[in-house]
Amino acid sequence: MSLRAPDAAPRRLPAVASTAHDHHRILAGPALADGAEPHHAHIGRLGPLPRERPSDLIAQIEQSGLLGRGGAGFPVGRKWRAMAERRGHARPVVLANGAEGEPASAKDRTLMATRPHLVIDGAVLAAAAIGAHEIVFYVGREHDAAVRAMGQAMAERANAGHVPMRLVTAPIGYVAGEATAAVHYVNDLDARPTSTPPRMSERGVDGRPTLVQNVESLAHVALIARFGPAWYRSVGRNGAAGTALVTIGGPVARPGVYEIELGTRLRDVLPAAGGTTGPVSALALGGYFGSWVRSADAWDLRMDPLALRERSLSFGCGMVELLAGDECGVRATAGIMTFMARSSAGQCGPCVLGLGAIGDAVARIASDVAEPTDLERLEAWTGRLAGRGACRHPDGAAQLMSSALDVFGADFASHATRGRCDVPGVAEDAA
Amino acid sequence: MSEHRLRVDWIRCEGYGLCGDYAPELVELDEWRYPILGPDPVSVSRLHDAQRIVDCCPVRALRLERQDAGRARGPRALVGRLMSTRHG
Repeated sequence: MSLRAPDAAPRRLPAVASTAHDHHRILAGPALADGAEPHHAHIGRLGPLPRERPSDLIAQIEQSGLLGRGGAGFPVGRKWRAMAERRGHARPVVLANGAEGEPASAKDRTLMATRPHLVIDGAVLAAAAIGAHEIVFYVGREHDAAVRAMGQAMAERANAGHVPMRLVTAPIGYVAGEATAAVHYVNDLDARPTSTPPRMSERGVDGRPTLVQNVESLAHVALIARFGPAWYRSVGRNGAAGTALVTIGGPVARPGVYEIELGTRLRDVLPAAGGTTGPVSALALGGYFGSWVRSADAWDLRMDPLALRERSLSFGCGMVELLAGDECGVRATAGIMTFMARSSAGQCGPCVLGLGAIGDAVARIASDVAEPTDLERLEAWTGRLAGRGACRHPDGAAQLMSSALDVFGADFASHATRGRCDVPGVAEDAA
Repeated sequence: MSEHRLRVDWIRCEGYGLCGDYAPELVELDEWRYPILGPDPVSVSRLHDAQRIVDCCPVRALRLERQDAGRARGPRALVGRLMSTRHG
C-alpha cells in the first residue's frame, strides 16, 4: 500500500500472512489453546518494543484511528494527548483495565491469558507517552488463566527496565470494571464507583492523574507502535479500519472469542464461529449495556463503532449474543435485567430503587405473574433511569431495557396482559 | 456567555426530596422522592430558586455549576466526560 506515512515506516511486518486468517493481528501467532505466549516467543515473533518519542507515538496512535475497546469507544490517541498535555507536576499512572465483569464477554480474559506481553507492551508504551511513573494491571480475579498469565509475564520482564508494574486482582462484579470503581479499588479496596468530579484523569490512583485504558486497546497499541498506523488501517471493511475482538455466543457452532476486521457485516462475522445452528430471532449487541436488534435488521449491520453509533447502537465490548428462534426475548431480557439490578453497587437511589423495580417487574412479566400496571410502569421507569447515577450502570441498563421493549414489544404485551408466551416452540416449563 | 446547571451527587442523595418540594419547576421527583433534572440549563429567572434548593439539601447532594457555555461543549469537556465512562 502506498498510504504509509513516511515517518511511520514499519520495521518488520508480522508473519501472519501464512495463516488462514491473514487479518489476524492481536490474536496472530500460536494457537490460543497453547496458552500464554512467553516473552522470548513474543519478541521473536514481533521484534523488540520500539522506543518512540512520546509525541511521535501519540501521533501514530491518532493516525491509526484506534478507538477504546472497553465500551465507550473513545479515540485512544486523543485521550493520551489530553493526558500528555495536561498541566501540573504529579506523575500520572496507567491503569490497564482487564476486569471484564461482563458475563457474556470473554475477549479481555482470552487476550490476557494468551497474549499477555501485548498488553504489557501497550501499557509500557502508554506510560512512556504520558510520562507515567507506574502501571497497574487490574485483572478480574475470576479469570484464573488471565491472572496467572499476566503475573507470569510481569515476572518475565522484571529486569526489563520498565516503570514499576503491579498486578491488582479485581473483585467479582459487573460494576467493578467501571473506571472510577477500578481506581477506588486500587486505592481503598472498595470497588464501588465514586462521584465525578474529580475525573480520573485529574485525580485517580494515589491521587495522581490516571489513564484508565482497556487491555485490548493496549494490545492494539503494541502493534501500531511496531508496524505503524498505515499497517493498522490496511485491514478493515466497508470504510472501517483495523480489527477488534468480539465474543460470539448463542446458537452458533463454535461460540467464543474471534478477531474480526472492523466494518465486517454481521452476516459475514458469524462464519468465524461456524455459522448459526438454527433460526435466530434477535441479537444482543455490545454487552449488557448494549441493545437488542431484530435479526432481520442485524445481518447487514457493519461491526464498526462509528457505523453502529450512527444507528444508535454501540459496539461496546464486542459482544454478539444470538437469541434462538425458539427462545423468548422477554425471558432473556428478564435474566439480563435481574442481573443488572443485582449488580448495582447499591449507592445511588435511582439505581437501587428504579433499576430494582425494573428488574422485579420484568421478572414478573416473564413469569406470567405481572401486576396490571407492570408494563406501563416498566416503560416509565426505563425512560427516566438514564443519567441518574454516579456511574453509567443505570444508563446501560436503561438502553438494554428500552431496546427490549422495542424489539420484543408484542411478546411483552402477551406476557403482561395475557399471561402467556407466544413465541413458537418455547417450552411450556421454560420459565 | 455562561450558563448554570443543577448537578446531583447521586451517591450523597438520600431522596429527601426537599428540592422537588421547594422548586417543582426545576426538579421533578420520582416515586421514591429522588430528583429528576431536565436537560436544560437553569434560566436566569430561576437562579435564586436553584441556589435555595442547593442550600437546603440536608445531605449537600445538590450543586449549582456555572459553566462557560462555549467551553463546556468543546473537546476538552468531551474528553473528560468520555474518559470517566465505564472501562475506559
